[in-house]
Amino acid sequence: MTTTAPAPAASAPIVHEKALVRSWKTPIILGVFALVALLMAFVFPNSGETTFTLSTTVDAIQLAPLVVPTQITVIVVAVLLVLAALGAVAFVRFGPGRAPLWISVVFAVLFLFAFLTWVAADKNIPVPGMLVGTLALSVPLIFGALGGVISERGGVVNIAIEGQLLFGAFSAAIIGSITGQPVIALIAAMVGAMLVSFVLAAFSIKYLVDQVIVGVVLNVLVVGLTSFFYSKVLTSDPSLNSPVKFPIWPIPGLSEIPILGPVLFRQTVIVYIMYIAVFLVWFGLFKTRWGLRLRAVGEHPQAADTVGINVNRTRFWNVALAGAVVGIGGAYYTLDVVGQFGKEMTNGAGFIALAAVIFGRWDPIRATLAGLLFGFATNLQSVLGIIGSPVPSDFMLMLPYVVTIFAVAGLVGVSRAPAADGTPYIKS
Amino acid sequence: MKLELRGITKRFGALVANDHIDLTVEPGEIHCLLGENGAGKSTLMNVLYGLYQADEGEILLDDEVQHFAGPGDAMKSGIGMVHQHFMLVPVFTVAENVMLGHEQTRGPGVLDLAAARARVREISDRFGFDVDPDAIVEELPVGVQQRVEIIKALSRDAQVLVFDEPTAVLTPQETDELMAIMRQLKEAGTAIVFITHKLREVREVADRITVIRLGKVVGEASPQATNTELASMMVGRAVELTISKAPADPGADAFVVSELSVVDPRDQYVVKDVSFTVRAGEILAIAGVQGNGQTELTEAILGLQPRTSGSITLDGVELVGKSVRRVLDAGVGFVPEDRQEDGLVAEFTIAENLMLDRSVGEPFVKVGTLQLRELADFAQEKLEEFDIRAQGIDTHAGRLSGGNQQKVVLARELSRELRLFVASQPTRGLDVGSIEFVHTRIVQARDAGIPVIVVSTELDEVVALADRIAVMYRGGIVGIVPGDTPRDVLGLMMAGETTGAAA
Amino acid sequence: MSDKTTPPAGETPEAVETEQVPVEQRAPEAPVAQADPPPAANRVLREILTSNWLISLLAIVVALLIGAILIAVTDPAVQKAAGYFFARPGDTFRAIWESVSGAYVSLFQGAVYNPKRGDFVNAIKPLTETLTFATPLITAGLAVALTFRVGMFNIGGRGQILVAAACAGWVSWSIDLPAPLHILLATVAACVGGAVWAGIAGVLKARTGAHEVIVTIMLNYVAFYLISYLLKTPGALQAPGANTPKSPPALPSAVYPTLSDLLGVGSYRLHLGFLFAIIATIWLWYLLNRSSMGFRFRAVGENPHAARVAGISVTRVYIVAMLLSGGLMGLAGASQVLGTTTTGFAAGVDAGIGFDAITVALLGRSKPWGVFFSGILFGALKAGGYTMQASQGIPIDIVLVVQSVIVLLIAAPPLVRSIFRLPRPDAEPPARRKRTTATPEAVTK
Repeated sequence: MTTTAPAPAASAPIVHEKALVRSWKTPIILGVFALVALLMAFVFPNSGETTFTLSTTVDAIQLAPLVVPTQITVIVVAVLLVLAALGAVAFVRFGPGRAPLWISVVFAVLFLFAFLTWVAADKNIPVPGMLVGTLALSVPLIFGALGGVISERGGVVNIAIEGQLLFGAFSAAIIGSITGQPVIALIAAMVGAMLVSFVLAAFSIKYLVDQVIVGVVLNVLVVGLTSFFYSKVLTSDPSLNSPVKFPIWPIPGLSEIPILGPVLFRQTVIVYIMYIAVFLVWFGLFKTRWGLRLRAVGEHPQAADTVGINVNRTRFWNVALAGAVVGIGGAYYTLDVVGQFGKEMTNGAGFIALAAVIFGRWDPIRATLAGLLFGFATNLQSVLGIIGSPVPSDFMLMLPYVVTIFAVAGLVGVSRAPAADGTPYIKS
Repeated sequence: MKLELRGITKRFGALVANDHIDLTVEPGEIHCLLGENGAGKSTLMNVLYGLYQADEGEILLDDEVQHFAGPGDAMKSGIGMVHQHFMLVPVFTVAENVMLGHEQTRGPGVLDLAAARARVREISDRFGFDVDPDAIVEELPVGVQQRVEIIKALSRDAQVLVFDEPTAVLTPQETDELMAIMRQLKEAGTAIVFITHKLREVREVADRITVIRLGKVVGEASPQATNTELASMMVGRAVELTISKAPADPGADAFVVSELSVVDPRDQYVVKDVSFTVRAGEILAIAGVQGNGQTELTEAILGLQPRTSGSITLDGVELVGKSVRRVLDAGVGFVPEDRQEDGLVAEFTIAENLMLDRSVGEPFVKVGTLQLRELADFAQEKLEEFDIRAQGIDTHAGRLSGGNQQKVVLARELSRELRLFVASQPTRGLDVGSIEFVHTRIVQARDAGIPVIVVSTELDEVVALADRIAVMYRGGIVGIVPGDTPRDVLGLMMAGETTGAAA
Repeated sequence: MSDKTTPPAGETPEAVETEQVPVEQRAPEAPVAQADPPPAANRVLREILTSNWLISLLAIVVALLIGAILIAVTDPAVQKAAGYFFARPGDTFRAIWESVSGAYVSLFQGAVYNPKRGDFVNAIKPLTETLTFATPLITAGLAVALTFRVGMFNIGGRGQILVAAACAGWVSWSIDLPAPLHILLATVAACVGGAVWAGIAGVLKARTGAHEVIVTIMLNYVAFYLISYLLKTPGALQAPGANTPKSPPALPSAVYPTLSDLLGVGSYRLHLGFLFAIIATIWLWYLLNRSSMGFRFRAVGENPHAARVAGISVTRVYIVAMLLSGGLMGLAGASQVLGTTTTGFAAGVDAGIGFDAITVALLGRSKPWGVFFSGILFGALKAGGYTMQASQGIPIDIVLVVQSVIVLLIAAPPLVRSIFRLPRPDAEPPARRKRTTATPEAVTK
């Protein structure tokens, strides 16, 4: 065989030509909602004035309520929405082929404003109350979602968030009642949820049982255990189910900011921990050694193994850590918002948290925002219930789940899970 | 650093993958480990790298016995490895991949990305790699990804560097560049182990050659040895590098592809404006370095690629837009390149696998019900006809050796009425005996007047089988040349050079 | 999956996986030392010790033991006796024994046979109760098992049962038909309802690659709120004049006849649905093992990539399998509203069957007859659990604990083996991908 002289050029990398793809999903969805707005504006118009209350009586700085004429406002916003939808069409038809995200965000905010204005004609929307309620419903979702993000970034699907929340709430209630110390109760919640994690980790990592199956079965197990003890022990001895709650600590200064101050900074320590946790998980995942290794293990475990990272040990302890984080969310029920344990009290929050993980594309910040969005939707239902809404409350409650279905179906954004999510690592 | 392996033995159950292997690599030496697919080369290197634990024997570095519990230990001792399948996290940047596992940090565990970038740049500049530390790995071409693997090893001050089949995914051009890099590393005093089964590369770069076969060292050879000598050492007998076949007797144009394009999920053209024809009774081989669109081309023929434009006609019938089922029914036989993933259901029996693409209608299905007796008779017949070595037709396909698995696939595909036969990498990973069997069957199909397409990245196979050769490069066909085109011309074409195609 | 625990002679043990070891080394000329086969008696013993049945049995034993511990530690009598344990340890053990044996005896009496109930017709009634509870568990378990065999999960039993119940319920009270026809129509309506609801997940997976686990979980809640809304809406599912979210009762012509109707004795609640469950089991067995559709299902379940290359439409299989699974779930929903709670239902009509079904399918190892018998076992636990709750004051929730422990243990045979120090089987299924999860790329076509 003769060796030929190396050919010139040709060392350039294989870069394939891009095909132009036009995605019509966003314009279609926006178009449908714009149509709904037009219906509100012209076919089922509500007249009168809509009031948005911006302050509560205890706030330091009182803001005057925002009063808008209902029909005109809805018409104006509906027209804006139509323009936004057309803008999205233009992006797809004449522009880069895809509508940018900001158009959807602006659209969503405008649509919500139009809807609230239309619904509350001649009535009052209490904005601070709505936000407080949103946060209260979001806290467990956000903790659950953070736990989900940690676990799934490491490659272990966590369907057991529901069980971890419930067991965290249960542990906090019992230990909090016995010790009378909310801090110890909080730690107990973390340990309790971590125990659930240990089972998940042991079965899925050591025994290679399908992670979805372990998660589903664990949820049943926790419901069974907590309900059993609740019926058998807690109901006969209520002193075991009266934990001392965390006090509210308003943060001086910050809590006096109009509208948002009281909502965000007149809270218990659990909510403050949440703010820190969101930041820490984000920072940790993307800026630290821990996060780099965790993500490596979830994306390409074999690559991690070949550089000396113990894949299964990393996964095991991070699933445990995820449990501890979810546990704080569980404690929020019994040490803050509710104050005692109730049978199956998490009521599907763990699954909404799972939805937030997916909708948030396995990113802690996005997942937190998704948790807030879902909390908002759930809360909106009760607000609308008070002012009397044409939309049945059940449909509002359905919203997070429907949105998630759209999300996983790729209608809203594209979600790409960690490559090795759900697959056990079997060392050769 | 001097590396020495003494009496390494590794067993998997009853199977001895490495049998008392001795190997010494001096610093500043390129030592080739030559062997067939499955001779035990990779197992040996995984033992060296701490991924497997040896059952017997010891590893010495500078005459000191080492105990590696895992790759981490091996790396700490100065062993680096460039894996056959790159061990890179696709969504990470180059810098993140390089630092993974021995991260530079400042403060409590906070990554020092600036330091990692500087390290990548420093090594990259030292060897003229031209790698951007902030590029996302999955967006890099394979040749550059391999350099990232090398940087990864060098960033840990590897004194012994193992290259495991590094040229499989490279163009001849990139291969030459890799050789240059290896020589450069050698000059710098690194001990290099180069694992391959390609004779040309061995002869070009090796200082010493150790040949292993069936898990045993069969001897050392000098780089001056001829191809034939090396090949016969490698396979244990004189090898016929060509297959005896009569000249083709091609008929009319039967299979026509024109202006075919395929777009992948990342919206890239992976096949662009490809046109060719195959006549009845001829073998068209599609050559090219892996990843230049061959896989997608064959998948498009079968109807597996959803975003296909252009035209594919078989005996005048348009195939684009048809379902896989309809394409198969049109008479296309297909041997997929990854038989374990796409060719067989490992948990199914041989019999079930033999009816896999005939689960509709006669002879194996009547009124929606499986005809198990007909299937058993058929399977028994094929077992004998194709010499499938198995306990019986109820043996699970996953338990067969690679050669026997491929025979099952061939038996299934060749037992239908065919009007076109497409075989993608039909002998990848097979032993010599099976390769001969497969080649004979392919030539038989041609002689029966069927148009045949063989896709192969192995130039030897292309040259042995082809009546005509189409070379693919970056999704397009560089040229279609006669089967007796010299290898160096083909090599240039595989690198995208169209000048040689005039031949 | 396989009944064979020893590899065929001449093959290397399965533990040596093709992915790790270059396969060619198993070629005949490779140096493969073959051990002599062990003596026959030894082998038989080994097969028993390493069989799936033994693992299942031991898992059940461990789960019942854990249940016993829960019962004992929460029993006030035991707690009291334990207070003076070091003075009179015997009291504690006696209290534990009484507590646990009392519980499990009442479980047995509630699930199988209760001699205290007088004549045989009454004494055997608990067994018919077990079968009544088992009926929806079997069909729902078959539904989940079917999807497992196709490599999918159907976690959406709850939603499908709710929708099916609504469909069957609506037909049962708003259409007037003669009995056999009415029963048939209402049952078919349930199957269609369940199929449509599950079909959403199937279509989304096939068309967009949306993971069916997430979709079915979310659809559970969508169905729950949808049915809750309809049950609150007069003219939809709410009973006329009612002010609670409850449906009207089924017309008698749509109600499944009971065993007592047939025999003319006793007050058995066991109904026609059980016959449907038997038929469904036989049908699924035929489908999976003898039909060409089942062949394609299994091919897709084991290796969707190879199935796709072999011309099997993976997307169609996903959709059809999900539709059939939903139809079986629908049968469970029909059994609830036409057989068990015929006097009108609320939004809790699914009674957790959708989730129980997953455990039933796992215990039955996704084989039709395995599911049938595990459905009966869990039916017995439920029937007995209610008796235990009534007579011993032990919350029914303990059944959930026992059930989930059984399933966890069955899913991890090595754990059970290490608890009981059983030998490892020769052919321990290698740690390979059991289920090739299809990636969206593989599916979208």
